[in-house]
Amino acid sequence: MIHSRSLAELQAIAKRVRREIVEMIGEAKSGHPGGSLSAVEICTTLFFGVMRHDPADPVWRDRDRFILSKGHGCPVLYCVYAECGYAPKDQLNTLRKLGSVYQGHPDKRFLPVLEASTGSLGQGLSIALGMGLAARLDGRGWRTYVVLGDGEVQEGQIWEAAMFGAYHKVDNVCAIVDYNKIQLDGFVKDIMEIEPLAAKWRAFGWHAIELDGHDIPALQAAFAEAAATKGRPTVLIAHTIKGKGVSFMENNPKFHGTAPTPAEVQMALQELQ
Amino acid sequence: MPIKTRYELKLGLATREAFGRALAKLGRENPDIVVCDADLSKSTYTALFAQEFPDRFFSCGIAEANMVAIGAGLASAGKIPFVSSFSCFGLNKGFEQLRVTVAYPNVNLKIVGTHSGISIGEDGPSQMSVEDLSLACSLAGFTVLSPADEVAMTALVRVAAEHIGPVFIRAGRPKVPVVHSPGQTFAIGRSVELTEGTDVTIMASGLLVAEAIRAQEALEAEGIGARVIDLYSIKPLDREAIARAARETGAIVVAEEHLVDSGLGVRVAQVVAETCPCPMEFVGIRNTYAESATPEQLLEKYGLVARDVIAAAQRALARKT
Repeated sequence: MIHSRSLAELQAIAKRVRREIVEMIGEAKSGHPGGSLSAVEICTTLFFGVMRHDPADPVWRDRDRFILSKGHGCPVLYCVYAECGYAPKDQLNTLRKLGSVYQGHPDKRFLPVLEASTGSLGQGLSIALGMGLAARLDGRGWRTYVVLGDGEVQEGQIWEAAMFGAYHKVDNVCAIVDYNKIQLDGFVKDIMEIEPLAAKWRAFGWHAIELDGHDIPALQAAFAEAAATKGRPTVLIAHTIKGKGVSFMENNPKFHGTAPTPAEVQMALQELQ
Repeated sequence: MPIKTRYELKLGLATREAFGRALAKLGRENPDIVVCDADLSKSTYTALFAQEFPDRFFSCGIAEANMVAIGAGLASAGKIPFVSSFSCFGLNKGFEQLRVTVAYPNVNLKIVGTHSGISIGEDGPSQMSVEDLSLACSLAGFTVLSPADEVAMTALVRVAAEHIGPVFIRAGRPKVPVVHSPGQTFAIGRSVELTEGTDVTIMASGLLVAEAIRAQEALEAEGIGARVIDLYSIKPLDREAIARAARETGAIVVAEEHLVDSGLGVRVAQVVAETCPCPMEFVGIRNTYAESATPEQLLEKYGLVARDVIAAAQRALARKT
């Protein structure tokens, strides 16, 4: 069973994960660094401070489930899995290479510990809600967490699922929008504005909490509030910075889907000492 | 000499109703069976399950894409979900979800499409599914079943539930003749030979199986022995039965209530080409969308009745060397 870590430990893991993300995408020469770096605290807090799971028993029936619906951000999930011991740390440098467990988007066939194969945006929330229904039918207490991209909520299926989750009172599901304000073509507000985002979720019947998605204690408090909220699902609108932690990647749409050069990797690693 | 079976085709249940009844029965036996429907449960007959097991029935509203992925989540957590809608909506609107959340990770979901083909009738082309077999067969790892009557549907719903992996079952709106005997067994990748014959083989699925039997009786009166095979397992096909028919009868007609360019016929032709090439003719919908009318009028107008099967058989026979 993973035990909860202190704030200092969580921050140390987050920094290590950031270094690994930059290195593995640099090695792969393609991938999505910006949206991986923006979700580091969200994933680290969940896996080391919130979720009940056991790396010694990856298929433990009562484990909390996690789905990365914004599948392109998989480097952060791979690094967190490796930190937990679910996946091999010494193979992180095989990202996107033939036969690697670390496929370009999360693929259960290669990494069975994944709860879902994702990559086509808009679908993970529905899968999470289906899992939540199953847990409720079985009378089990496990919860399901699903991370969505901000651009991803432009997909119509997200709102079909939002309606469904509230109507069926799937309160054992918690969605987190990694609201880093940037998608592939540019800033979200310039591509397809999604504001007022929290108001939209509330109008759909969800309990919505807005917070700083890099503030670990705030994330822990919000996840506790989500677990205590009954009768409706919760969404965290996590305001984040795309490329967080690497100055030249922060708020830079270029690093949505561009790998750092070897020189940029070195610069980034120096910043992440 | 083989003894030919004389068929008296009696009208039975619509395959959608047989599906709904079989599903409710399965629900009594297996608590892991759960059902999702998109505001069509009275038409798909999943309402029968919903009445008995309200806690295991999930109303998804008119949102098929979400419904398919909800089913994928239920399946991933150990349930056996049957998601149901009209075939055209479930497959067309849920196709991307069927591909990425079901087929690619090989999730144990069953999708049932009712009101398939043009025999939905008066509602017209927007509700007609004439490409569902093509869509379902294009999903890697999917099993695709098209029962012809209530006997086949009842058995195949159970087969689908027991099979681990994604399955599409095609059902129709109108009541259909019972073509199978009560004890008939059904399995994935198999078929049923309904009449023996060595001059030509008529392979059919769904509604066209009854038309094939009617055609066989008319051909017999002209001294032509037609072997009729119900190819209810569209994917995987019964390759052995197809190859044997090609070898032993040397002429094949495939008849289906589907676009002829992309359905059962082309799949059978691939097997025939790979095993024992012979003349083939195809009965199906030809590169068009139908219209509003009674099912009988539409089947007649769009060339899906026994007369069309007979004509195709005669063309195939004429091409035999």
